Amino acid sequence: MPGKAVLSGVHFMNGDEAIAEGALAAGCRFFAAYPITPQSEIAERLAARLPRIGGVFIQMEDELAAMAAVVGAAWGGDKAMTATSGPGFSLMMENLGLAVMTETPCVVANVQRAGPSTGLPTAVGQGDMMQARWGSHGHYELIALCPYSPQEAFDLTVRAFALAERFRSPVLIMTDEVVGHMYEKVEIPAEVVEARRRTPQVPPEGFLPYKPDEDLVPPMACAGEGYRIHVTGLTHDERGYPDMSADAQDRLVRRLCEKIKRYPDEYTLWEEHSLEDADVAVISYGISARVALGAVELARKKGIKAGLLRLITTWPFPNEVVRSLAERVQGMVTVEINLGQMSREVERAVQGKVPLGGVYHAGGRIHRPEEVLAGIEEVI
Amino acid sequence: MPNIKTLAAREEKQARFAPGHSLCAGCAEPMVVRTILNAIEDPVVVANATGCLEVATSRYPGSSWNVPWIHSAFENVAATIAGVEAAYNALRRVGKVDRRIRFVAFAGDGGTYDIGLQSLSGALERGHDFLYVCLNNEAYMNTGVQRSSATPACASATTSPVGDAIPGKPQDRKDLTSIVAAHHVPYVAQASVANLIDLANKVERAMSYEGPKFINVHVTCPLGWRTKRDSAVPMAKLALETRYWPLYEVEEGRYKVNYKPKKDVPVEEWLKGQGRFRHLFKNPDLKSKIDDFQAAVDRNWDELLRKERWTQEDAPETP
Repeated sequence: MPGKAVLSGVHFMNGDEAIAEGALAAGCRFFAAYPITPQSEIAERLAARLPRIGGVFIQMEDELAAMAAVVGAAWGGDKAMTATSGPGFSLMMENLGLAVMTETPCVVANVQRAGPSTGLPTAVGQGDMMQARWGSHGHYELIALCPYSPQEAFDLTVRAFALAERFRSPVLIMTDEVVGHMYEKVEIPAEVVEARRRTPQVPPEGFLPYKPDEDLVPPMACAGEGYRIHVTGLTHDERGYPDMSADAQDRLVRRLCEKIKRYPDEYTLWEEHSLEDADVAVISYGISARVALGAVELARKKGIKAGLLRLITTWPFPNEVVRSLAERVQGMVTVEINLGQMSREVERAVQGKVPLGGVYHAGGRIHRPEEVLAGIEEVI
Repeated sequence: MPNIKTLAAREEKQARFAPGHSLCAGCAEPMVVRTILNAIEDPVVVANATGCLEVATSRYPGSSWNVPWIHSAFENVAATIAGVEAAYNALRRVGKVDRRIRFVAFAGDGGTYDIGLQSLSGALERGHDFLYVCLNNEAYMNTGVQRSSATPACASATTSPVGDAIPGKPQDRKDLTSIVAAHHVPYVAQASVANLIDLANKVERAMSYEGPKFINVHVTCPLGWRTKRDSAVPMAKLALETRYWPLYEVEEGRYKVNYKPKKDVPVEEWLKGQGRFRHLFKNPDLKSKIDDFQAAVDRNWDELLRKERWTQEDAPETP
């Protein structure tokens, strides 16, 4: 394995490997994980790569520990990441909430397989989309990105680290088994801008670890930098000390949500195909969006004016993008490998303005374009 | 004590573990599982953690399990069997069941040494009446040979690959059998696929006790160890001869070493048959790692003999 962090050039690699390379290029030097199919290629690549560039790979005893180690490493000053799949994602939920509450920048990749439980360990699913949004207890916001190719897996991992530092929040890469195991051309640019942490601009004496800047995000001091830090999952004040009042709780949770919700333009990514004159919009993400694109082409050949809205950012849900699309089309069809999760968000955004359809299945394979085409024909 | 004849007769009669599974050619696990199930006469309920055994014996559309069988998640087979056993006791108390039923949990080293340790410890401490069998093939073989805390030092695994930075796994293996023994449960043992009669005896002895029982069975994995397909028994035997994997049992706190090799066979003999240690023999800079490995084996063996002396008044002094 090469001993440099950014492997600039053209490669033939799978989505898992591209996520690993994206992390290294973004400046990630700490990766803790537990083996699970179909994520193991991320761990294996980083196990081989990180020690040679001065980074740390730790295989933990389970996913609870992996997520906890990532929180610890971020507070130790590293850019830290973990990766997993369904069952492991479930085990990470408590510590994911800890990362939200302690405003710990970190990246979590979930290479989705079909669940519930062990389900189909080696086959594709997109059933963790709502878990990504609401899986940990309490009310919170976070950002989730869905790549649909190995190239995008690389690009979005770099982006995820930047967003994690920008918002001091966990950022999820919600990919899937097919993208994870699919080999394609991946171009790594000559230079990649490393994610930067916002550090305190005041001397240690005046530093309050949870006093936000005007944009609601507090600068972050890490252990050993001379600043007093106090990290707790309890509801806390600006000093980081526990405050058990309902007021403090309301203030803190609102700020944690608002610091992300206020800036949709910074993270809301999507792509439109043939929507200019479309009567029907297909909405999809990840690997399903690739199939949907094929279905849109089939529909066009049959004279149906179909288009595709590909969600790249799924959380926070791009309400405005979907709502304004509803003004332009006569119907929408959501395509996903679950029995209807993001489609609920589409329904909320559209508020009955146009008829909605969905093409769902529970996992184990990707859709066939003909199935999606049938869904398009049903809605017009 | 069971012998080959009684085991074979029970296999005829009970056929608890059917062939046709998809464990790898040369895998040591089916022999061990069949021996364990045949060493028990009472009805058995099996819980199985995620792992090689579970995946390969319950493949669509069939199953190798001719006994009631429950697959848990990866981390909780001990908790699952604890629930089954507690429910059985509840039914027995109100007179709804009167037969003696035995509970056996199978898990690999990943599911026991790592992710399942907390669940195992809890079940041991609560004192459920069950036998826990760890099928220790020394890595996460089912997901592609990632290191576990049972993986020996210097073994190259896909998450501890040998290279400039590390000589294979930097850490030594965890002594899980001792951790279990520290729970002061009635019966704890180490066994091996290389001696199935010893294994059957241990199962029978374990089942003579009420409460938690634990057997850590060393099972060769030709795929992960990178050995020949017909090497399962000879490789495991070398692990006994080199004292890398001592056969011993702890019965109500008393240690007994079941096999003491007469000859000193260096652990190198076991290491060199395996591709996962090949770098130790190819790279002269890593030669000292073999000495370190031997030193660790010697230390563990001496410690084990001391434990035997301390706990068995009638045990002979070892030279």
